[in-house]
Order: sequence, then C-alpha cells, then structure tokens
Amino acid sequence: MSERLWGILVDSFGKILIPGLTMTIPLTAISFTLALGIAVVMAMVQYANVRILKPLARFYIWVVRGTPLLVQLYIVFFGLPKLGIVLDPFPSAVIVFSLNEGAYCAETIRAALESVPVGQLEAGYCVGMSYLQTVRRIILPQAMRTAFPPLSNSLIAMVKDTSLAANITVTEMFMATQRIVARTYEPLALYIEVGLIYLMFSTVLTRLQRMGEKKLNAYGQQGG
Amino acid sequence: MLEIQNIRKSFGNLEVLRGVDIRVERGDVAAILGPSGSGKTTLLRCMNFLEKADEGVMIFGWETYAMNRISKKEAAGLRRKTAFVFQNYNLFQNKTALANVTEGLIVARKMPKAEAVEIGKRALDRVGLSDRYDYYPSQLSGGQQQRVAIARGVAAEPEIIFFDEPTSALDPELTGEVLAVMRRLAGDGMTMLVVTHEMSFARTVSNRVIFMENGVIVEEGPSKDFFASPKKERTKAFLRTIDGNTDW
Repeated sequence: MSERLWGILVDSFGKILIPGLTMTIPLTAISFTLALGIAVVMAMVQYANVRILKPLARFYIWVVRGTPLLVQLYIVFFGLPKLGIVLDPFPSAVIVFSLNEGAYCAETIRAALESVPVGQLEAGYCVGMSYLQTVRRIILPQAMRTAFPPLSNSLIAMVKDTSLAANITVTEMFMATQRIVARTYEPLALYIEVGLIYLMFSTVLTRLQRMGEKKLNAYGQQGG
Repeated sequence: MLEIQNIRKSFGNLEVLRGVDIRVERGDVAAILGPSGSGKTTLLRCMNFLEKADEGVMIFGWETYAMNRISKKEAAGLRRKTAFVFQNYNLFQNKTALANVTEGLIVARKMPKAEAVEIGKRALDRVGLSDRYDYYPSQLSGGQQQRVAIARGVAAEPEIIFFDEPTSALDPELTGEVLAVMRRLAGDGMTMLVVTHEMSFARTVSNRVIFMENGVIVEEGPSKDFFASPKKERTKAFLRTIDGNTDW
C-alpha cells in the first residue's frame, strides 16, 4: 500500500467515525426506540383484536412493508415540501426509519405474543387479574423474550440501513465517506474502510445481543 | 353454596353440555368422573367462565347469575372467590414460584407486597415447597409445578377450588405427591370440585361422585354408595372397565 493511501485511510478514519458516533448511532438509537414503541402498540392492537384500530394497523404495516425504504425517505424529504411540510434531513430520517422499522417489529412482536400459550392468559384470569393486567405483566414480558433475537436482528439491520439517509443529505458515516472519496479518488479503500466501521458497530451489537439473551434466559425454557 | 342449573354449551354443532345441574355444599369434595369427551372439563371451564355457557344459571352464595350474559366484571368478581388448577399447571413462566403465588394477591387483590409474600411463603410451605421459593417453573418438576399451582389457588383463600385433571400430565410418582397435597386440603375442609381419572382419589377422598357421559350426568351420589352399589347400568360398565386396569 502506498504511503499516500495509508495516510488517507488513517486521516479519514476519524472523519468517518465521528459522524458515525454523532449521526449514525443517534439516528439508529432514536429511531429504533420510537419503532419499538410503535411496534408494541401495533402488535397489541392486533393481538387484542381492537375494533377499527386493528384494520388500521394492518393497513399501516401493509403499506410500509410493501414500499422501499429509499422511496419512503424521498417522499418525506423531497415530496412533503410540496404540501408545505418542510422537514430537516435528520428529523425526516427519524420519522421514516421509525415508521419503517416499527412495521417490521410490530409483526415480530405480534407473532411472539401469539406464541405465548393461551393458558397463561387463563391462569391470569383465574387469579383474578384483568385482561390488561395479565397481558402487561405475564404475556408481554414472555413475548418480548421470544422477540428479543429477531428484534436485535432488526436493530443491526437498521444501523446499516441508516446509510440510506445519505440520500436525503444526512451527513452520517456513508455520506462522510463519499465526500472523502470525491476529494481523494480512492473509492475501493475508503468504502472498505467505512464497511469495516459498520462491521465494528454490528459486532458490538451482536455481543450485546448475546449478553441480553443470556440475561433473559434466567427463567429458562419451558420444561415438563 | 354453589349451584349450577341447566348448563348448556355447544362448540359449533357439537353439543358438549346438554343440561347439567350441579350443587356443591361448603366442605364438599366432589369428584367428576367420566370417559374422555363427556364434557367434564368444559363444565369446569364454564363454571369459571373460561368458556361462556350458552345457557344456565349460577347461584353463588346469595347471588344468581345468568351464565350466558355474565359481564366481564361479574366474571372477574366470581373468579376472585374461586381458584382453578389446570391439567398443565399454567404457572406464569416469567415468575418465580413465590411470585406465581403472590402475583394475583398483589395485582388483583391490591394486597401490600409484604403481606402477600408472607401468605405466599406460607402457601408454598403448606404444599411442601419451602425450599423452592425462588425457582422458576422451568426449574421445577411437573409435580412441583402443580403444587405451586395449588398453592397459588389456596393463597387467595377461595371458597371453592376447581381442579381440572390435576394429575393427568404427571407420572405415577409425581401424581402421588400432588394427590397427597389435595388430600390434605380436603382434610382441612376446603371445598373442592375435581375432574379426575384417579379412582382411588374419588373413592377415598371425595365425599361425592358425579359421573358424566355425553354432556349429561348419568349418576351421582355419595362416593361410598357410588362405588359400592352403582345404580345405572352405564355406571356399572364404566366401573368394571376401570376396575380392570387400576389397582384400587
């Protein structure tokens, strides 16, 4: 490797990592937190068969899962101003990512809720608890444990998907890299470098997932 | 104390309960016997409103309820006076043994936590699980899980406990430990309604036997008479087949 290229890589590492820490991670953290909130509500509405709201939830999930994330970003950032709704890049990205991820996570959580044996609900009734009390204290905690690995997957996927926000001028890691490439003409090395930084982030999250699963397994698998 | 009149229940075209009357007095230990598919479990589930009966009247204490029109609130109120022990235990999987017992007391009955824990420990002691307070259901044997379930039921001081084939999922050794607990409860004067295939339990512990088939009661009476001199042909035939393959 030439000294020039090495110099570029070393110099750019910080320039890529910093937007990673100040943009990619906050964007992911905020969006995913909101997505989880949306997902729990959407999943509960379906699980509990709430009138009117259930078809609305199905509609939301249908639309969001059926259209590309990139298209959704464009609609919100480039399309909505036409209606007089002008949003900054970062809030636009947060809205799109949380709504998008919320739809996927809703399905994950709904499936997990439905996998909890109905006997758990009946047992809740039989000790005098209401439907909501039982769902909140017994069903949902068990469902979230089941949903934890697929939700972790979604989180890791989201970290990488935030690179799409570069398209709506959010200066996250990928856009920072693009800018350095435009100046230095070293696409191969620099895109590999940013890929490695994403890999680093994902590795940390995978580790955290494993630790989380271990903790959640405290009460073990259902046995006979 | 608890009376059910003319209870009917269908699932689609299948009539599972075709007009059953039951009366349980305080201190009764009534065993409901009968072949599979006779409606025993459905009867019990209707009595605790886990299934909604199509027809029927329940008289509990001084109150009368139409079982097909009971409100959620009334059902919840009645359930707080009863307890239900399931065939497959249905312990809360995300709670320890002690928390399984205290959960209903704290959440449904708004009991202060310290008091609930006190009662919970006593209930677990009573079923011989003083050393298992902090175990999760997955760490307990089937027999231990069922005893936790019984403790959970007893802790709320119900007026009656429903048992739905409490030992059917257990091997003979574990069955014994659960039956011993139930025998002790009966001895303490607990009112119990027990769907069971355990003839020895029905014969030696229960004071009354109700024999069901095809959604109706074929014969009922004091357990001594029922086993010594059954009146109906069907009952005799049932007891003969049972006699052939159990050891009582």
